[in-house]
Amino acid sequence: MRLIFITLLALLVASVVGLGATWMTTTRGTDLGTLTIGSWTARPRTGTSDVDPYARATITRNGELPVGTGDGVAFTATTDDRRKPLDGRCDVVVSGVTPAARFWTLTLYDRKGHLVANTLQRYGFTSQEIVRGADGSFEIRIASRSRAGNWLPTGGIERYALMLRLYDTPVGVATRTQRDAPMPAIATAGCP
Amino acid sequence: MIRLLFTIVAGVLLGLVVHLVSVLALPRIASQDAYSRLTPTTQLNAVTMLPAADPGYTLMPFMDPAFAVAVCRYDLSAGPIKLTVPVSQAYTSVSFYTRNEVAYYAINDRSAGKKVIELNLMTEAQHDELPEDENITAADRLIIDSPTATGLIVMKALAPEPGLMAQAQATLAASSCKVQVDQPAKQAEAPQPGSAPFRPSRR
Repeated sequence: MRLIFITLLALLVASVVGLGATWMTTTRGTDLGTLTIGSWTARPRTGTSDVDPYARATITRNGELPVGTGDGVAFTATTDDRRKPLDGRCDVVVSGVTPAARFWTLTLYDRKGHLVANTLQRYGFTSQEIVRGADGSFEIRIASRSRAGNWLPTGGIERYALMLRLYDTPVGVATRTQRDAPMPAIATAGCP
Repeated sequence: MIRLLFTIVAGVLLGLVVHLVSVLALPRIASQDAYSRLTPTTQLNAVTMLPAADPGYTLMPFMDPAFAVAVCRYDLSAGPIKLTVPVSQAYTSVSFYTRNEVAYYAINDRSAGKKVIELNLMTEAQHDELPEDENITAADRLIIDSPTATGLIVMKALAPEPGLMAQAQATLAASSCKVQVDQPAKQAEAPQPGSAPFRPSRR
């Protein structure tokens, strides 16, 4: 009787620990092979054959198609530079320059990867449609109400993620620091 | 008490094994991966345009709304596949995924260097069967080995401004992806391994 109880307890602990750890790592992601610059994070290896098992599990579980390395690289940000989560009710300013790339796109998603509905039908910017300063730098204002210049509407959702994709770029597995890849700064300008 | 502690430690150790096995098995057992999501709406060995990105309808998460996307779901068991994708004005890329969404190869219009991206996709076994013919190994023919017999080819054309989306979609609609029909004939020309002249081994 006691042996059965102990075996059941051990198996219960095993399944809770094992499946719980799997769930945690596939929903939150791991730090394996990540490239972090400022608040931007990329996983250049997900676009190659030597993708790590955790990233593979995450990709198949979520039904994503990762950007291939010969195509480009995708950077994600869920917080601003002060580690404050991106809030759709606040004004967030993305400013600066991007690494060398033929094209880039900046897209706003909810935390599950869906586009956010808005009346303008604007879900992001491409490098060609952005209004730039005289020195080539740009400033994108992400807010729920309309703003002058490059306005990206949030639809007022609470939490969102930004994705900056660089296409045809030297940034990849060999990139390490901000000097190789100058990423734009993200700052929360004010909350109502 | 010690026995209870031992049970919990054993459970945690066993849990680690469960965790590793489940992470490694997840790509095989996932039923909502991109390939499965695309299966109902795409044809096998043919190009299918995907609908434009829309907040109300998300086929796959984190897709770039600035791109027109077309998919060719392939099965190489009937023979190698020939893929031709015309290059759009801004940026065009072709990415190859295995059945379990490993991005094993990607190419863009500049690295292809031509107005049309032309590729031959085959399994490694089919590649080995190719006759060592000069016009086949010529540099203008790009051969890609697929690690799995089935998988996805994703063709993307950038619309730098929303108004150019129709143009990008039209470019991709002109692409083709089909099983090569002339392949068996070439295979028959290849010398049979059994007819090779007998060579006595000498030391």
